[in-house]
Amino acid sequence: MMRKARLSRMWQLYALVAAPLLVLLIFSYLPMVGLLISFQDFSIFKGFFGSKWVGFGVFAEIFRMKSFWIALRNTLSLNALNLAFGFTSPILLALLLNEIRSRRLKKILQSTLYLPHFLSWAIIGSISLQLFSDNTGLVNVLIANSGGRIIPFLSEKWHWLFTYQAIGVWQNAGWGTIIYLAAMTAINPELYEAAEVDGAGRWRKMLSVTLPGIAPTMIILLILQIGRLVQIGFEQPYILGNDLVKNFSDVISTYVYQMGIVSARFNVGTAVGLFQSVVGLSFLLAANAVARSRGETGIW
Amino acid sequence: MRERNRLEGFLIGAFLVVVALTCILPLVHELALSLSSNEAVLSRKVALVPVEPTLNSYREILKDGSVMRALGFSATLTAAFTAIAMALTTALAYPLTRPEFRHRKAVMTFVVITMYFSGGILPLYILIKSLGMMNTIWALILPLAVSPFNTIIMRTALSSIPESLTESALLDGASYFQILRRIVLPLSLPIIATLSLFYAVGRWNTFQDALFYITKTGMYTLQLKLTYIVLANSSPEVFMAEGAESRLSVANAALTAATAMVATLPILAVYPWLQRYFIKGTMIGSIKE
Repeated sequence: MMRKARLSRMWQLYALVAAPLLVLLIFSYLPMVGLLISFQDFSIFKGFFGSKWVGFGVFAEIFRMKSFWIALRNTLSLNALNLAFGFTSPILLALLLNEIRSRRLKKILQSTLYLPHFLSWAIIGSISLQLFSDNTGLVNVLIANSGGRIIPFLSEKWHWLFTYQAIGVWQNAGWGTIIYLAAMTAINPELYEAAEVDGAGRWRKMLSVTLPGIAPTMIILLILQIGRLVQIGFEQPYILGNDLVKNFSDVISTYVYQMGIVSARFNVGTAVGLFQSVVGLSFLLAANAVARSRGETGIW
Repeated sequence: MRERNRLEGFLIGAFLVVVALTCILPLVHELALSLSSNEAVLSRKVALVPVEPTLNSYREILKDGSVMRALGFSATLTAAFTAIAMALTTALAYPLTRPEFRHRKAVMTFVVITMYFSGGILPLYILIKSLGMMNTIWALILPLAVSPFNTIIMRTALSSIPESLTESALLDGASYFQILRRIVLPLSLPIIATLSLFYAVGRWNTFQDALFYITKTGMYTLQLKLTYIVLANSSPEVFMAEGAESRLSVANAALTAATAMVATLPILAVYPWLQRYFIKGTMIGSIKE
């Protein structure tokens, strides 16, 4: 009786999931089918069904394009640099924050350090111009006023590389500490007491107790980031890049945008995107497999 | 030894204060620019304190109309997006917590797959175009409205509601809709607040999709408007310009700063809540399946 009454209401659960699943079907799954235009001589006028199939012709074309390899190289190098700075800076910051004894100061510091995470890239882009422009940026004005030579932070490609990383670190380092600080609270206090009895000072404890305590978290995040070496967001490189540093700031995401939406070469752009997804996914799977084989739990 | 320890502690604190200042001072500079006279900005006298303080830039924004329109559109968009996204996310997450929902594994897989595979920006762009959704608010709402990440967080949170409450309501003959509305949602206000903020801040800050799908100036979001200003100010001509010419390029610097401030203020206004709820949400999100 009860069972039957329940079954008669089961449709309600299906009714609830129907709309969100439809949204996913249309806006997430249909575009996956749309990837097939990478194998077509696609034109937006002929449409998906009217365009001719050309096999791997489009891929052969992009592999011959120098601009594609430049975008790929830049994506990899920006991400590799981010692995060096973006990955390590939250760890360093968290280790130092952990040394702050005053709870109030710690809280104020945390609140402040989290702020850049919530600023949009459009805002950060406008701030970076106001600070780092060649002639009008505050930093260069200060340098010039004290008799120094201006630094082309955003207009010379090697400097730009540095500026890009610094802004990325600035935006994410503070927020990135959260997960490490949480891991630190789980460290057994007795370990610190034992270390103190053995005469360990501040730095010794940091290296021998705190760091090993957060090591599992570090490894997971490292794997995740290695898995994403080929993926790059669109907004940061787009807003911080400019024509003077194109040779370093053109990355896969902005290249796809240029190819497709600006130049209307949809099949080429889509093929580049597909190439990135396939390589990216294999990176992620490989990274996860390495994690598992080393006894870590992996990402999933 | 103790002396040294205290000195080290002080140095660590001092270093962190300096780092924290770098997070705030750029915004203070922006605020100072927006409140200074154009002449002061042009002669590059403004650092952290407004020079020849004036509200002119803000007045100009009010007069110009295009920034106000963008602000209005962004506010409407963010409110509509948050409401729709929350409704869809809750509707999807709740059945996933019900053990008697027989297809919940399949539905879950359907959702999770979208976290790892995507068609990418161009197929979605072509789809939006073919659906006739260019220059409509729907192009900025529907593609982002069901976040698999937020759905999983929601499911985790909803499944912590005591089973006995649902059981007895079912016995009393309540429908799932009633249970959701009268029992589950009132008990889930913190997670609703958290995810609403996730969605709202994400929507407010993003310019990428507006850049792709919105070509009519009347439908620019505030972030898109700001993006175009930034792009115009980072062209080689502006960088290379010296002396008198570069003055032209910064002629609207105070105005740009004011526009950026208008885009930042809503975030600063909700910042105390943002912090608290975001940390909570991030923690729930990092609990593995």
